[in-house]
Amino acid sequence: MNFVRSHVLVCGGTGCTASKSPEIIETFHSELKSHGLDKEVSVVQTGCFGLCALGPIVVVYPEGSYYTQVKVEDVNTIVEEHLLKGRIVDKLLYKETDDKGVERSLNNTEFYLRQHRIALRNCGVINPEMIDEAIAFDAYQALGVCLTEKTPEEVIEIISASGLRGRGGAGFPTGMKWKFAAASPGPVKYVCCNADEGDPGAFMDRSVLEGDPHAVLEAMAIAGYCIGANQGYIYIRAEYPLAVRRLRIAIEQAKEYGLLGKNIMGSGFDFDLEIRLGAGAFVCGEETALLTSLEGHRGEPRPRPPFPAVKGLFGKPTVLNNVETFANIPWIINHGADAFSCMGTEKSKGTKVFALGGKIKNTGLVEIPMGTTLREVVEEIGGGCPNGKKFKAAQTGGPSGGCIPASLIDTPLDYESMAAIGSIVGSGGLIIMDEDNCIVDIAKFFLEFTMDESCGKCSPCRIGTKRMYEILEKITQGRATLEDLDTLEELGNHIKENSLCALGQTAPNPVLSTLRYFRDEYEAHVVDKKCPAGVCKDLVEYKIITDKCTGCTACARICPVDAISGKVREPHVIDPSVCIKCGSCLAACKFGAIIVE
Amino acid sequence: MPNLITLIPFQGTKEQEDRLREAIERHKGEPGATMPVMQEAQEIYGYLPEEVQVIIAEELGVPLTEIYGISSFYAQFTHNPKGKHKINVCLGTACYVKGAGNVLDKICEVVGCEPGGITEDGLFSVDATRCIGACGLAPVMMIDEDVYGRLTLDKIQGIIDKYR
Repeated sequence: MNFVRSHVLVCGGTGCTASKSPEIIETFHSELKSHGLDKEVSVVQTGCFGLCALGPIVVVYPEGSYYTQVKVEDVNTIVEEHLLKGRIVDKLLYKETDDKGVERSLNNTEFYLRQHRIALRNCGVINPEMIDEAIAFDAYQALGVCLTEKTPEEVIEIISASGLRGRGGAGFPTGMKWKFAAASPGPVKYVCCNADEGDPGAFMDRSVLEGDPHAVLEAMAIAGYCIGANQGYIYIRAEYPLAVRRLRIAIEQAKEYGLLGKNIMGSGFDFDLEIRLGAGAFVCGEETALLTSLEGHRGEPRPRPPFPAVKGLFGKPTVLNNVETFANIPWIINHGADAFSCMGTEKSKGTKVFALGGKIKNTGLVEIPMGTTLREVVEEIGGGCPNGKKFKAAQTGGPSGGCIPASLIDTPLDYESMAAIGSIVGSGGLIIMDEDNCIVDIAKFFLEFTMDESCGKCSPCRIGTKRMYEILEKITQGRATLEDLDTLEELGNHIKENSLCALGQTAPNPVLSTLRYFRDEYEAHVVDKKCPAGVCKDLVEYKIITDKCTGCTACARICPVDAISGKVREPHVIDPSVCIKCGSCLAACKFGAIIVE
Repeated sequence: MPNLITLIPFQGTKEQEDRLREAIERHKGEPGATMPVMQEAQEIYGYLPEEVQVIIAEELGVPLTEIYGISSFYAQFTHNPKGKHKINVCLGTACYVKGAGNVLDKICEVVGCEPGGITEDGLFSVDATRCIGACGLAPVMMIDEDVYGRLTLDKIQGIIDKYR
C-alpha cells in the first residue's frame, strides 16, 4: 500500500452532485496527476457532510481544511497552493473555521460542535462505494460479535436497554418490536427496511444510504439473526437513484466478502437482501401500506392488529424499521446500550437527525441529542433566519406534523415534549418560517399534499381532507366566516379519530396546530380579509407609492395585463381590478416604489 | 391529472416484446413480482398501454383489473406515451389572461394532437401546466428544458419547426 500524505474528501451526496462534485473529483484526479502528486494524495468521494447550503464541499486532511462552494476552477488553486506548497486557500475556507486568522477544525464550528453523529457517523468520512473503508470504520464488527458471542435474546436485550425508538415517526421501541417478531412462531420471517422517505423536506434516510449503506445492511442482518429471518427487503423510492446505486454496490461487495448470503462469517446463519423500488406514493411510508406494496399490490394500508410482527409481509412475521433506526444499531452493539441511553431525555434516548430547511442560514442535516431545544437548533446550529428576519414558527414532521410557534422556542425536541404541544418529531423534517410566511398558506400547502396522496381506501381521509382543503381555500380567498374555523377544527378532529392509517390520522395536524397557535392570523383572513404576511394573493393589493415612483415605466412595460398606467416621469398607478398580483412589477421596480399590502 | 387511456395506436416492436417477456420470465415465481415487472415494462415502452398490461396479466396469471389498479395507483406509472419532445404550456393566471389558451390551441393545431396527448409520430407531446414562475414573460411555454416567453401566435410555427 502506498503512503498517502493527504486525503481530499469530496462530498458525493445528491445536493453536491447536482452542483458538479463529480466534475470536481475528476479535475482533482487530472490536476494531481499533472503535478505528479497522484501517488501521495488520495481523492475520496464521500457521503453527505450535512451542510448542504454551502455545497459542493471539499475537506483536506490531515489539516481538516473545510472548503465550501468549491467550483471546478478552484481545484487547480487547491492543488497548487494547498497540496503542492502547503498553503491553505483562505478565500475558499468556510468562514466559521477561519476565526481571526486562526483556523478551527471542522468539528469546532457552531454547526458541528453541538452535533453527535451516530446515525451519520460515517457520512462524509468514508467512500461509500468501498467496503474496505467501511470495515476500517468498524462496519460488520457488531454483526460478528452478535453471531459469534451473543444469543438473539442477548442482542434484543441490548437494543431494549438502549432505549432506541423508531426514527420513522411513530417512536415505537425498537427492542420491543424485535421481541414480538422473535416470539412469533414460524420458519419464515422477514426483515424490511423502510427507505420510502416521503416527507417533502426530509432527506436523512437518503443521506445515510448514500453515505454509509453498509450500516443499514449490517443492522438488517443483525435484526434477521435476532428474529430468525433469512430474507430482507429494502423498499426505497425510485426518486433516489444515487442511493439505489450505492446500495446495489454495497450489497454486492458484502456478498463477495461473505458478510451477506449463505453461512455468514462461518456461523451457519444465512441472510440475503433484495432491493425493491417504490413507485411514487406517499402512503407507502405507512408500514402496512408498504408491505402491501412490497407484495405487489396497490399500496393501501390494512387495519392493525394483526401487527406486522405477527402477520406482516406475505402473511409472515416481519420486522419493519426505518433507515435511521437501523443505522443506530451497529453503533449501539459496539459501544454498549449505556453509551446510547446516556444521551437524550428520560424517555427519548440517543440522537435524532433533523433536516433543517426553509428560512434558515445553515440548511442541511443535523444530528443532535434528543431534548436539544429548538432555540439551540435555530439560533446556534442553524445560524438564525437570513436577512435579519424574525423567526415565526417551525413546522416539524412534514405533512403529518404540527408547528412550534416562536413563543415555544425553548421546547426540547423529543417525542414527549413535542407531542405535548401538538407537534411530532416525525421523520425529522424541520422547516423554519419567518415573518414573511403566511401560516394559513403553509397549512393549505400541506393539506393539498395529503389530499393528493390519500389512497382513498377510507372515507374520513379521502373525503375529509378534500373538505378541509376547500375550507382553507375559502379562508385564503377571503370568503370564509368564523363558523368555518370551528367546522375546520371539528372536521380535523373527526378525521384524526376515524381514519384507518397514520396518513389520515395525522393529516389534520398542520391545520389543528396552527389554529391553536395562530388563530389570530386565521381570523385576520376571515374578519379583516387581510393576509398579514402578504402572501395570499386574493387578500393583498399591489400599490405604488407616489413619492417614490420616478415614472421610469419599467413596471408598466413588464405588467402582463396592462394594469399599470401613467405618463413618463410621472407617478404611475395600478388598477386593482385588472391586476393579477403576479409580482412582476415588484421585481422590476428599482426604486422600491411598489408595496404589497 | 387524469390518467387517461390513450387513443394513440400501440406501436410496440417485436424486440420490445421480447425484452418484456424476458423480464417477466426473470421475475416469475418471485413473491411480489408485479411491481418490478411493471417498472421494467415502463422502462422498455416508456409507458404502460393496455396491450402491455394484457401481456403482463396473462404471463403472471394476475387479473388485468389488478394490473390496471396498480398502474393507476402509483404516480410513477403512466398510461399515456410522452413525446420525444415534451411541450408544456403554462396556464397560470398571468399567461392565461395574456392568451395562453389560444397559444395552447395553436400549438395543438401545429403539431397535430390534443392537450394531454401525443402526435402520431411520437415526436411531440403537449401538456398544460401550472404557473412556472415566469409571469413577466407571459405567455410562456417550455419545450423539454428550454423556456420560450412573450409568445405570439405567429411565432409558434417557427419554434416548433426547430425541433422537427
